[in-house]
Amino acid sequence: MKLLEHQAKRQFARVGIAVPAGRLARTPEEAADAARELGRVAVKAQVPIGGRGKAGGIAVVDSPEEARREAARILAMEIRGFPVRSVWCERGLQIAHELYLGITLDRDRRRLVLILSAAGGMEIEEVAATSPERIAKLWPDPFAGPQPFEVRALAFSALAHAPALAESRSRLASRLVPLAQTLHRLAVDLDAVTCEINPLVVTPEGELVAADGKLEVDENAEYRHPDLVAELARDVEGEDGKSGEDPYEAEAKRRGLTYVHLPGGSIGCIGNGAGLVMNTLDLVQKVGGRPNNFLDVGGGAGAEKVRNSLAMVLSDPDVRGVFINIFGGITRGDEVARGIVRARDELGITLPLVVRMTGTNEEEGRRILTEAGITPGISAPEAARTIVELVGRQAGGAPQPPDAPR
Amino acid sequence: MAILVDASTRVLVQGITGREGTFHTQQMQAYGTRVVAGVVPGRGGGEALGVPVFDTVADAVAGTGADAAFTIVPPAFAADAVMEAAAAGLRLGVCVTEGIPVLDMVRATAYVERTAMRLIGPNCPGVMTPGECKIGFIPNHVARPGRVGVVARSGTLTYEVIQGLSDAGYGETTAVGIGGDPVLGSTFVDILPLFAGDPATEAVVLVGEIGGSDEERAADWMRSTGFDKPVVAFISGRTAPPGKRMGHAGAIISGTTGSAQSKIDALGAVGAAVADTIEDVIRLVGERLSRR
Repeated sequence: MKLLEHQAKRQFARVGIAVPAGRLARTPEEAADAARELGRVAVKAQVPIGGRGKAGGIAVVDSPEEARREAARILAMEIRGFPVRSVWCERGLQIAHELYLGITLDRDRRRLVLILSAAGGMEIEEVAATSPERIAKLWPDPFAGPQPFEVRALAFSALAHAPALAESRSRLASRLVPLAQTLHRLAVDLDAVTCEINPLVVTPEGELVAADGKLEVDENAEYRHPDLVAELARDVEGEDGKSGEDPYEAEAKRRGLTYVHLPGGSIGCIGNGAGLVMNTLDLVQKVGGRPNNFLDVGGGAGAEKVRNSLAMVLSDPDVRGVFINIFGGITRGDEVARGIVRARDELGITLPLVVRMTGTNEEEGRRILTEAGITPGISAPEAARTIVELVGRQAGGAPQPPDAPR
Repeated sequence: MAILVDASTRVLVQGITGREGTFHTQQMQAYGTRVVAGVVPGRGGGEALGVPVFDTVADAVAGTGADAAFTIVPPAFAADAVMEAAAAGLRLGVCVTEGIPVLDMVRATAYVERTAMRLIGPNCPGVMTPGECKIGFIPNHVARPGRVGVVARSGTLTYEVIQGLSDAGYGETTAVGIGGDPVLGSTFVDILPLFAGDPATEAVVLVGEIGGSDEERAADWMRSTGFDKPVVAFISGRTAPPGKRMGHAGAIISGTTGSAQSKIDALGAVGAAVADTIEDVIRLVGERLSRR
C-alpha cells in the first residue's frame, strides 16, 4: 500500500520531521484559499504513482487566481490511469543542498537498510548504478535501531563525496542522528517497506526539511493500520468508486482471489500454487499464446472456489479460452473437476477449456471431466499447445504490463 | 543419509489444535513422522492427536525431548512462535504460515540467528526425507527415497519435481521448500552446503522464481566453492510483468532486480542445466546422473 505524498508528510510531521507548510485542496476554491494563506506555492497532484511532474501534474503558482486555474486543470487530469482527487499546495523552500535519506527492505541481508546520499533529488537506483560510491548504507540491528555512532559514520561517509558540504559536515551529521532514528522508528511503527525522503533539503540556515515523501506499507501488515488503509481508500477512490486500479484486479480483490491481470492476452490461466501458475503463463507464451491473467486458487481449493475463479477469468471479454493447470497435493482433483463442470454448466461456457490434472484423486477428477465432455491432459506443455491451437496464436510477444507503480 | 530431518527427528507442533494444524499433523503422523508434542498456550496438560500438549515450547522440550518445531499458527502470532522455538533450543524450525508481516520476520530471523536453530520458511511447504520424516505440507504419496536433493521456493512445483523424480526412478534424498516470502530463514545458499556435505545426494534440483536475488547468490556460491554436484535449475515467471506481486509476497520484479532472465543467466554461467519445463528437469537430471 503506497501512501500519497500528503499522507506521508503528515506521518513525518506527526513524529517531528520538518516538512514545508502545505494544505490539501479537493477543489480549485480550496487551492485558491491555500495560496492566499501560504503565498507562492507548488500545486501537486496527489496520485499513488510516479512521473506526475512529467505528466503536467505539478505547477508553481504566484497568486490565488493562478492557483485556482492550475488546480482546476490538474484536478481534471488522469495520471497514468489514476484520477486526481486532490492537490497538495505547498510553500517553496530555500535550498542550499539536496540529500537523500531512505529506508527500505534488504532481502539478502534480511534487514531494513538505511541509505544516505549527498546526491538528493535523483532516483536513488540511478545514483546506485552510476556512482555507487556516493551512497552510504547502514543495516541497523532490528531490536536496537540505529545508534548515534552508526548514523554519524554513515553521514561522514556519504558527505565525503559532497565538497560543498565539507564545512558543515559535522553539524549535518549531528542533525542526521535524531532524524535517521526517528525515520527508522516511523518505518517500524508503520510496517513500512519503503520510507523515503527525497530530496531531504538542507536550507541555507542548515535545517533539514523533507521536501518529498514516499511511504509504502507492507500488505501483510495492513491489518495493523486500519486507519491508514481507510484514509487512503477515501483519498484515492472518490465517490464514483473509480480508483485507477485495474478494474479486473479490483474486482478479484473484492472476491478474495489472487489474480493479476495481463490486459490484451487471450488465454485465461488458472492453477494451484504461485510457482505453478507463473510456469503455466510461461508455457503458454513459449508456444506462441498470450496469457490474459495469473490466477492462483491456492492450496486445498474446493469446487466453489474453482467455479468463482473461472467466472473471474472469463469476465474479461478478451479471454478466448482457459487453461487450468492443477497438481493435486492438498488440492483434490475430483473437487476441482466438479467445480469446472459446474462452472461450465452454470455460466454456460462455450469457449475452449483445457485442463491438465495430476496428483491427488486424479483418476476420479479425469473421469468426472471426461464424462462431462472435457478432455483432461497429463502433460502441462502439451496442454499449453492444445489451448494455443484452439484459441489461435497471438502476435505481440510478451504481454505489456499495465503502468508499473512507482 | 539425508539433510535436516530423518527417522530420529522428534517434532513438536505449534498450533496443533487449529483446523489446519490438526489436518497436517495427522498427515505427518500417517507418513511416519515422530510427532511427540503439541504447544498451545493455555492448553497445557491436555492431549491432542495422541500426544501431550504443553503451554510453552520450553515445557514441551523438557517433557519430550523434541528437537524440531512445526509452526502452523496465524500470521499475527507466527514470528513470536518462531522465536519461542529458537529460544527453547530446538535444532530446526519449519514455519509454513503465509502472510506474516515482513518486519516481524526481520526481527524473528535476527533473533533466530543468535541461536542454534535453523529456520525453514515461512510461507513454505516444509521439509521431507522420503520414507523417514516430513514436516509440512508435501503430499505423502509423491516421494520415494533416492539420490536427488530438491530445494525450491514454490510449493506446488516442489511436488511436481518430486513426483517426476520418483516416477523416473531417481528418488529424493531430502526435499526442502524454502518459501515464497521476501525474508526467509533459509535461502538456497543455506541449503546447498548441506547437500554438498551429504554423500547420498548425487545431484540437486533448484526451483527458483522471480523476485530478489537468491538464485544469483546461489550461483555465486556454486562458483566460489567449486560445488561439483550436478545442478538442474528451473525458474518460473519469465512472463511476469515488473511491479506485480505474482501470488507469493516475494515474487515481484522491482526495478532491475529479480527478473527470470537474470537468474537463468547466472545459474547457466556456473554450469547448472536450466530447464524450461518440469519434464525437462527430470530428463536433465537423468542425463547428469548417468554421466557421473
